[in-house]
Amino acid sequence: MNEQEILSTFTRLLCDLLGDDSIVLTMNSTRADVPAWDSFQYVTFIAAIEMQLGVKFRVADVESFATVGDIVRQTEKLLRQ
Amino acid sequence: MQPLTAMNWLPRPQDFRQALKSAAAAASAIERMDGLVALAQHRLDLVETIQLDNALRALATDPTAVLPRVRVALLSSATIDHLLPGIRVAGLRRRLLLETYKGSFGQYRQELLDRHSTLHAFRPDLILLSLSAGELIGAVTPAASVTEAEQALSNGVSGLRELWRQGREGSGATIMQQTFLDTSEPLFGSFDQQLPGSPARLLPRLNASVADAAAEDGVLLLDVARCSTRDGLDRWFDITRWLQGKIEIAPQAASMYGELLCRVIAAQRGLSKKCLVLDLDNTLWGGVIGDLGLEGIVLGQGSAAGEAHLALQRYAKSLSDRGIILAVCSKNESAIVEAAFREHPEMVLKRSDIAAFAVNWTDKAENLRSIATTLNIGLDSLVFVDDNPAERARIREALPMVAVPELPDDPANYVRCIAEAGYFEAVAFTDEDRQRAGQYSANNEREALRSSFQSMDDFLRGLQMSLVFGPITPIDLARATQLINKTNQFNTTTRRLTADEVAALASSPQNITLQFRLLDRFGDNGLVSVMLLRPDRQDPQLLDMVNWVMSCRVFGRQLEDEAMNIAVEAARAQGAVALRAEFIPTQKNGVISGLFPSLGFTPADAEPGTVGSRWILPLHQYVHRPTFINRGATT
Repeated sequence: MNEQEILSTFTRLLCDLLGDDSIVLTMNSTRADVPAWDSFQYVTFIAAIEMQLGVKFRVADVESFATVGDIVRQTEKLLRQ
Repeated sequence: MQPLTAMNWLPRPQDFRQALKSAAAAASAIERMDGLVALAQHRLDLVETIQLDNALRALATDPTAVLPRVRVALLSSATIDHLLPGIRVAGLRRRLLLETYKGSFGQYRQELLDRHSTLHAFRPDLILLSLSAGELIGAVTPAASVTEAEQALSNGVSGLRELWRQGREGSGATIMQQTFLDTSEPLFGSFDQQLPGSPARLLPRLNASVADAAAEDGVLLLDVARCSTRDGLDRWFDITRWLQGKIEIAPQAASMYGELLCRVIAAQRGLSKKCLVLDLDNTLWGGVIGDLGLEGIVLGQGSAAGEAHLALQRYAKSLSDRGIILAVCSKNESAIVEAAFREHPEMVLKRSDIAAFAVNWTDKAENLRSIATTLNIGLDSLVFVDDNPAERARIREALPMVAVPELPDDPANYVRCIAEAGYFEAVAFTDEDRQRAGQYSANNEREALRSSFQSMDDFLRGLQMSLVFGPITPIDLARATQLINKTNQFNTTTRRLTADEVAALASSPQNITLQFRLLDRFGDNGLVSVMLLRPDRQDPQLLDMVNWVMSCRVFGRQLEDEAMNIAVEAARAQGAVALRAEFIPTQKNGVISGLFPSLGFTPADAEPGTVGSRWILPLHQYVHRPTFINRGATT
């Protein structure tokens, strides 16, 4: 999967999770840009990515992701390994 | 082999997104709810579960989308928010609407102890305690002596029992305790097992002690520890999630956690499955008996595949021994199948183990209907096991209320699939369960007798029935409670009661509680009916019937007449002047909609705000009803 495919997977996932089809994620999006995306939904989002794509983030990663782009890039790296 | 958390006995939905959309677009709230119930029968991932739960919550507020509601409070020492969607969806899978309350993080003690807490104000039907082992034995160090470790264990368990007591007294709820996960790492290695204070040694002992205490205190158990042992800890506990947000039960296990919880809730409410219906060719044995003949089928020792089919037969037999009814539904020639049951030396299941036998060329949906009718149980009490995906799809389509496990390709895994699907969850094992298999085959003999008699009276006389009855005593308590909670057809109010509530009713001298045990020439039918009468608060000479239930096994045997004779005698002896009964209709108790008028009751004013009808019987008007039932010993 390339970064664009991962980004659109994430967008779909977050729309489903929050029940809002109008969400558009970019590489620069942050949690603050999506109103319903609280810390609980963030944990769920990370867990859902791990289950759906079969990757496992490091504990330091999940803390330090600042933008959606950070998660996309880390996912792409993990998928490549 | 897949882990439990994968829930592979459920089929994947064809197109989840589309199915959810069409469910939401249905015309009425009832149809929308049915659509969601249908989706809940599938294997859903984390996000799909959340989506379904969101749709459910939107619909749950609609008063016309009625499903029975259960109020469940979850108290935990860890984060549990992520468990709620899986729990509610598992409830939906059983047509139960779970209203959930989540305790504040780590505040479970205060909430239980404070009678004015939001927990008690929620008025839960059930309180689930999901605690980390550290809450009870966290202070024990590997350096602890045997005495210190024992003391900590015993203190931990007694502290927990005190919490159970507070929960029960504070809100009258049933208490459920989750077993403790061992998330510890080895310290010494194998020696840990011999070190009094090591978690590796303490945890299993804690779980065993808690299980014993729970059995003694009437607390239900949620055995997550066993699932984690089966799957491996990593499926149930994810260290990253724990560090990230004090999540002890991993999100990937959330659906299975909800499933486990709702199995126990359903079992307590009599909603577990009652009957295992088995296909034959390539299920109960290998190969097609019609082609291969009796000698050609693969069954039993000498072949690995034959052993696998034999293992399924053994498992079915052990289910039968614990009270699950067995039936056969197969497209086959009846004669050759009968011969296999009679003559094949490797058959563990005998023809007499099978309570309903549908071997013909008719559509299987039709056959399942007739099996349910023959056994006098609902279609939603059936589990249908068939290796053929086309037959499975056909039954799911035609009879969505029948459970149809997605059987694995390899017969080696059949038993595990059926066992782990948890269809037959129970919260007690009664003498009645132990004898059920024999009772059903005796029922077949009764049926044979019935058809040999010209008239109903001759049949009933020929049965030589005798009735043993008396008040509910502690010995009858478990079975009486089970009967009250599992009976759906002959159940006047469908008021479900806990063992404690039944015991409380039975212990009060102004109440009349009756239990009836019917015997006949074919055997003991066991404790088959319970009636509960309680004086009206204002007028103690008026007895209210709290509930009256009767097992469907003894329908049409005049037991309702004889039971009413006995109830009237008991009421008169106590100086009562009238009985008042309530009939609350459900989807399943239509069979007794005319019960009270047939016994001489006349309509009374309904209680305001109730859906049922009320009936009154002035005792001086009651005419003793003649029956063919002899009175046996009173207990």
